[in-house]
Amino acid sequence: MSLEDLPSPGAPERDLDSLISQGRYRRLFLTVLIAVSVVAVVPLLIMTGVNYYQYRQAFRSEVSRPMVGLATSGKQGLESFLDERLSALELVVRECTYEELQDPVRLGRLLVNMKQAFGGFVDFGVLDDKGVQITYAGPFELEGRSYESAPWYRQVAQHGTYVSDVFMGYRNAPHFVVAVEHDTDTGHFFVLRATIDSEVINRLVASLVTQPSADAFLVNQDGILQTPSRRYGAALDSAPLPRLAAGSQATLSEITDGRGEDVIVSHAQIEHSPFTLVLVSPQGELLAGWITLRRNLLIFLGVSVVLILAVVSVGARHMVNRYREADMLRATAYHKMEYTNKMAALGRLSAGVAHEINNPISIINEKAGLLKDLLLMSREMPPRDKLTELVDSVLRSADRCGSITHRLLGFAKHMEVRRETIDLDSLLIDVLGFLEKEAAYRNIEVTFAFPETPPRIVSDRGQLQQVFLNIINNAFAAVDDHGRIEIGVREADGERWAAWIEDNGVGIAEEHLAHIFDPFFTTKKGAGTGLGLSITYGIVQKLGGEIAVQSTVGEGTRFTVTLPKGPAEE
Amino acid sequence: MATDALRVLIVDDEEELVSALVERLQLRGFDARGVTTGAEALADLETTACDVVVLDVKMPGLGGLEVIKRIKRERPELEVVLLTGLGSSGSVEEGMEAGAFEFLMKPVKIDDLARILRSAGHGRDVEEAEE
Repeated sequence: MSLEDLPSPGAPERDLDSLISQGRYRRLFLTVLIAVSVVAVVPLLIMTGVNYYQYRQAFRSEVSRPMVGLATSGKQGLESFLDERLSALELVVRECTYEELQDPVRLGRLLVNMKQAFGGFVDFGVLDDKGVQITYAGPFELEGRSYESAPWYRQVAQHGTYVSDVFMGYRNAPHFVVAVEHDTDTGHFFVLRATIDSEVINRLVASLVTQPSADAFLVNQDGILQTPSRRYGAALDSAPLPRLAAGSQATLSEITDGRGEDVIVSHAQIEHSPFTLVLVSPQGELLAGWITLRRNLLIFLGVSVVLILAVVSVGARHMVNRYREADMLRATAYHKMEYTNKMAALGRLSAGVAHEINNPISIINEKAGLLKDLLLMSREMPPRDKLTELVDSVLRSADRCGSITHRLLGFAKHMEVRRETIDLDSLLIDVLGFLEKEAAYRNIEVTFAFPETPPRIVSDRGQLQQVFLNIINNAFAAVDDHGRIEIGVREADGERWAAWIEDNGVGIAEEHLAHIFDPFFTTKKGAGTGLGLSITYGIVQKLGGEIAVQSTVGEGTRFTVTLPKGPAEE
Repeated sequence: MATDALRVLIVDDEEELVSALVERLQLRGFDARGVTTGAEALADLETTACDVVVLDVKMPGLGGLEVIKRIKRERPELEVVLLTGLGSSGSVEEGMEAGAFEFLMKPVKIDDLARILRSAGHGRDVEEAEE
């Protein structure tokens, strides 16, 4: 064995690789990345969400208020238009007798006056209580027609007034009918019916359109257009809108119409009529400002999140790399320290070892010297037996030297982690071999307590030698001459063996016990590095074991090392 | 020669070393004998006359330093030559203070030992010194 065969502190790369596994740092990186990102991004998301909601509310109320206002005023205008026409008819039936109204000339004059006063009237008709139109003033010949079975006639007879849907009729132009019922003094009743040209309400509704893209129209209860719509076609076409909730108050809703366009709809039902006023505006136009703001908000959010993630990712990577470098440095330093400690332990033994090796050399020296003396100083050839005995003695001593150097080198070379089957008892006896002479010279009594079955474990011989040499060295340092050290092994449980080293030395003060495994803790002022037990602790942990200590000042100390029988988990 | 020879007691725990040294000293005219423990050495000195003791410092049981201290207490005139291994300078100093005549590092050269034994025994026998 040459010096080159000894392990150098730089060798244990494989060992470090297992300690500094890629996966461990990837997990750390992900944890840091996720934690920091969550902490940074969540408040941003919440703030943006709140802003988004508030801005949307603000824009919506800004859009809805004028639309609802317009719908309300449009509804009022239409209601008063219809009320006016119905009131005019009411006035006529109150002021004129049934007989007067049966006069076609009188009825014609009334129609002319009404047209002038209110506008929109097309014709008048008077129906008796049998539903027969007894008088008619207007452009058609409708006298004598019976409307007894017409639904509108039954409604007006029942409710007193009536406003019809818009229909085409004989004129082939959209119009609708209003009618009032009046009771005569003779206990009969009659009905005054007027046709109104839709063009009048068309103009009223069209006046509600304030923007080029907006639309206003009336629909009946079946969703049929009652006035022309810019978006959805002429009167009496079907409006491609979902069913609107009934309600006399103007309400706002955002819907997608039958053409697939997103629109904002404000609608209000016209009292005493089948009409619902509908105002429609495309969302895009109304909410253009909001959409721009929303886009800006989302761009801001997106850019911020990307920036945060980028910075966090770079930062986390940097941090984990630094951490990893520090780990590697520490692991390398630790390994060097372990090596140094081992060499130091050997150094402490060197005096004993030198003495031990010196003795057989002295014997060789004297036996060879005697051989020479006998050959030179005796007159006759010394007897063969004598010569053989001397040579045997030289060979025995040379063997002794050989076994000492082998043990020493064997101890020094086991630096790489290597698993093998080891009998703890023979390993302990091996380690004690280094200190046998010291025990003899100092009259230290060393006793063993080993179990009958060999305490077999799968572990690392070199590391275990270092562990037990450190502990046994300490025991030797703790006892006085004529002291006592007991070394033993017992089964801790089915899975583990426990080896103990007990001395009757000075003991360790209670306040020191908690610190003896701390690096650089030492009570041997100037004599110790304070690394021995901390390294011992580290090795035992690495081998999957535990180390415990009990001590009483003045009575002694007991170290117990518990080791798994099987190989330690990586 | 037997009566005039310097009486030397070799004390070392290595029996083979003791026997070889005894024989080599005898070949050089010393009246040498050996024992392997400190206790045996003290017992031997009680019963048998001796001029110089060659004493190993490190021995199990009664160590060399303890033996020299006891010898010097009982018989200060009896010279003691110490044998030491390497790296025990502390023990050497202590031994010299205890009154050792000289010390020798192992392995010893027999001629050095013989010369030192003679000068240690000088006080006992003037005639021999004059030879």
